[in-house]
Amino acid sequence: RHRSRREQAQIMEVGQLQRKFVDYTASLFCEGFLDAQFTQLQQLQDESNPDFVVEVVSLFFEDTEKLLNDLTRALDQQIVDFKKVDAHVHQLKGSSSSIGAQRVRNACIAFRNFCEEQNTDACSKCLQQVKQEYSLAKNKLDTLFRLEQQIAEAGGAVPM
Amino acid sequence: MGSLGSGHAAQFHVLAVDDSILERKLIERLLKISSFQVTAVDSGIKALQFLGLQDSTYQFHQEVEVNLIITDYCMPGMTGFDLLRKIKESTSLKDIPVVIMSSENVPSRINRCLEEGAEEFILKPVQLSDVNKLKPHLLRKRAEEQLSMSNKRKTMKECNSEELTNS
Repeated sequence: RHRSRREQAQIMEVGQLQRKFVDYTASLFCEGFLDAQFTQLQQLQDESNPDFVVEVVSLFFEDTEKLLNDLTRALDQQIVDFKKVDAHVHQLKGSSSSIGAQRVRNACIAFRNFCEEQNTDACSKCLQQVKQEYSLAKNKLDTLFRLEQQIAEAGGAVPM
Repeated sequence: MGSLGSGHAAQFHVLAVDDSILERKLIERLLKISSFQVTAVDSGIKALQFLGLQDSTYQFHQEVEVNLIITDYCMPGMTGFDLLRKIKESTSLKDIPVVIMSSENVPSRINRCLEEGAEEFILKPVQLSDVNKLKPHLLRKRAEEQLSMSNKRKTMKECNSEELTNS
């Protein structure tokens, strides 16, 4: 049937948002923020579990924020318990790996090497690095989820 | 081939153990999407409680059957290895296949687990393809159990009458 002007405009808007989404996702993979594990998460999402990715990533954010606080506190001690620091970093490495946050994971790997050396200064620098990578990753993922929301609100389907 | 029991495809029930809520959510989804029934707990102790084992003694007959246990290796308190050992030491639970997951690829760790009786060792992050590898183990085990039950029935039938049904 003949589409009204409004419907045509809406279809165009959805198309633009979808293209934006696809391009943005591609850039995140290209720039190494996300890896194949994130794709695996997307594949686990379907009509019966439509918010799976957002839910898992939200758990990651909660987990990480707590771990970063614990790490800051641990490295601030007079006598640093490197075993504890390493345990926290190990956990963060695991969770970032599980959601495909590649750059965060890589920052954790470097961090663990300095834990082994028991080098407080280097560890502090690594912590800063991890915090930075996490902040970037969070920003990117929040932007991605916002785009998804906009597509849904415009009445479109999110291309996966 | 003789009949293999009632033939209804009951779901396999997997007990998943991991102290991380994120990991539990992931493994639960991976298992459910592969048509497993899932119970997820956050510690080895809770796993043993669920299996009916308390203080190393079998307390009660489990009504819920567990066909597979999948556990993280690195957990505070009781590790996945400790849990594996306790299960294999239990006369009532030792035949349940146990799979270990770990984010670290340590050959000595892997060997230790396999020697202790783990069915498989899966490297995290766990993939759908890893979970798909579990089904053949379980299907084969179920077929073996049903075949041995069916053979028992056949033997009893032979004792009772001359007729054998072939199909």
